[in-house]
Amino acid sequence: MNLKLKDIVPQLITVIAVVLIFGFFTYNAQINMENRGIDFGYGFLSQESSFDVQFSLIEYDGSHSYFRAYLVGLLNTILVSVIGIIIATILGVIVGVARLSPNYLINKFAAFYVEFFRNIPLLLQIFFWYFAALRALPLPQDAEAIFGVFFLTIKGLYVPAFIWQNSHIFFYSIVAAIIAITVIRIHAKKVQENQGKQIPVFLISIGLIFILPLLSFLIGGVRLSFEVPVLKQLATTSFIYEGGVSLPPELIALTLSLSLYTATFIAECVRAGIQGVGKGQKEAAASIGLTPNQVLKLVIMPQALRIIIPPTTNQYLNLTKNSSLAAAIAYPDLVLVFAGTALMQTGKAIEIVSITMFTYLTLSISISILMNWYNKKIAIQEK
Amino acid sequence: MFKYLKQLTSLVAMVAVLFTFTTESMAAKKSKTLKNTQKKGFVRCGVSQGLPGFSNADAAGNWTGVDVDVCRAVAAAVLGDANKVKFTPLSAKERFTALTSGEIDILSRNTTWTLSRDADIGLTFVGVNFYDGQGFMVRKSSGITSTGQFKDGISACTNIGTTTELNMRDFFNSKGIKYEPVAFEKADEVVAAYDAGRCDTYTTDKSGLAAQRTKMKNPDEHIVLPETISKEPLGPVVRQGDAVWEDIVRWSLNTMIEAEEYGITSANADMMKTSDNPAIKRLVGAEGELGAAFGLDNDWSLRIIKQVGNYGESYKRNIADTGILPDRGPNQLWTKGGILYVPPAR
Repeated sequence: MNLKLKDIVPQLITVIAVVLIFGFFTYNAQINMENRGIDFGYGFLSQESSFDVQFSLIEYDGSHSYFRAYLVGLLNTILVSVIGIIIATILGVIVGVARLSPNYLINKFAAFYVEFFRNIPLLLQIFFWYFAALRALPLPQDAEAIFGVFFLTIKGLYVPAFIWQNSHIFFYSIVAAIIAITVIRIHAKKVQENQGKQIPVFLISIGLIFILPLLSFLIGGVRLSFEVPVLKQLATTSFIYEGGVSLPPELIALTLSLSLYTATFIAECVRAGIQGVGKGQKEAAASIGLTPNQVLKLVIMPQALRIIIPPTTNQYLNLTKNSSLAAAIAYPDLVLVFAGTALMQTGKAIEIVSITMFTYLTLSISISILMNWYNKKIAIQEK
Repeated sequence: MFKYLKQLTSLVAMVAVLFTFTTESMAAKKSKTLKNTQKKGFVRCGVSQGLPGFSNADAAGNWTGVDVDVCRAVAAAVLGDANKVKFTPLSAKERFTALTSGEIDILSRNTTWTLSRDADIGLTFVGVNFYDGQGFMVRKSSGITSTGQFKDGISACTNIGTTTELNMRDFFNSKGIKYEPVAFEKADEVVAAYDAGRCDTYTTDKSGLAAQRTKMKNPDEHIVLPETISKEPLGPVVRQGDAVWEDIVRWSLNTMIEAEEYGITSANADMMKTSDNPAIKRLVGAEGELGAAFGLDNDWSLRIIKQVGNYGESYKRNIADTGILPDRGPNQLWTKGGILYVPPAR
């Protein structure tokens, strides 16, 4: 009895203290807002926003609501995070493996990259890529075409737009290829388990993913043409490209700096993971006749991933949160569009900041859940 | 009898002391902001992050500009020293929150007076210290001389969280022009991006354009187009709910403008005490009890004129002599063809 009380009382006090502190803050905010004649409410979300946004994945202009502006910002944040995570992961794995390379040059170059990029503040890197690198880019009228169709200019990267005919058939052909590959993999595994024979799954997969879509072009009636950007004159010295797709320089600078920065941390996670697998494992695998590739794929990586995934999850979360630095270089992310312009136009500071915080929380928790699920999937299956 | 008299005198004295005390501090008691300012010994003033002519800090951290002078005038009136101001540089996005949350007591940061700002978000605009309008800047080499030459696809650099963003949309929409808005949080980055060639045009208040132009790599390469697309009355803002403080800021600004109207300058203010014109005498504290209404002494306005100068002096020092906008345009006294007109100080 006595023991129980001793356990409960400190916890109870903590809970009461937390509730009181939050209560005080809420009360304080309420009183202050009342005194200053500020209304509290989320009704503004349905009002017309009356400001435009530079870059949006969904249809949006100032005649849409503040809620739509919020979605625009959110999608832009997700876009830059997803691209950033993909590039950072690929780069991070390459650099992490390179750091363990016996080749002196590759090894030292990877080490230099990691030390250089992780030790400079991210905001500075964003400014560097945006302002220093941007200034070096040519004006649209001076830009040299890359492969004849890409134009990298100070106003952005212009790429050809795809114009599809019967695009659904192409889509089905890819789905069919994926299903075929999955079936073959399962079959190959069975064959190997039962007969010890190995089927070259990798080559077959590559063949399928190319041949099926190719067939859709040849006999499925799929046609693809490109709309190449064309230079258009706005004034004597002012030009843009029309047609095609334009990627704003803000997006490019932000993605580049976020992925280069985060890749250094992921590289270290990868290196730690590989080094964390005992040397004996590699030697034992080699001694039973596995090729170096098989050693890496079947023995080292499955064990290394268990070490790599949890800290890499943190890096994914960091990248997502760091994307809010976009505001500094005019990339219209959630912070710039919603916690910036919308907050200013409505004056609803508490409402908007709370929505923004909750959104980032949800984003981060979603990434966490996804990565934890993956982590569990690759964890040691006790039999 | 004698004993009683003594008691009576002390009672009268006590009542008198109590009474004067009450009248003197009535306003101060009503105004929490005034009391806090006097206790702290400095005026807390929110300014821009650097806009030449309006609020700009030099290398030594000394702030100058017409917006800065409004805060200095309030400091001179309330604390007796125009230098007793603590300046807080704020971005357009932060400014109103800083004021409503009580981090600053005056926001004097080229802020446009609009209905929704005045009515909605717990702010009160006290007056106008600069009549402005939104304009566009372009490169001279572009050959554009009027907004009529703007074409679809034009990119426009600007600040977020300003009326500029809204006006820009109204303008381009009404002309049916498709445009790319590139909005930054800080003015310095807007200028850097425009200067680098990221945008075809840079849009903000015309005074801002003129001021930022001086910061460009080569100012002569840029021109401000003649069209004005909006009304932008800029002025100081205070928190809602402190009427005395609101009055002090309003009349500190009005004093500067009225002083110019009557020809009172920082140099001749003391001599004006013997003027024949009662309006002038009131302004320099030689007649009337104008300060008492705010809980200030009678020399409050004289100190403003002597330490900060009248509006014309402030304009000349900060905006005209620095080459930003030599022509006063609408910011001229109503008696000289402008629209500066303030209620009489009496």
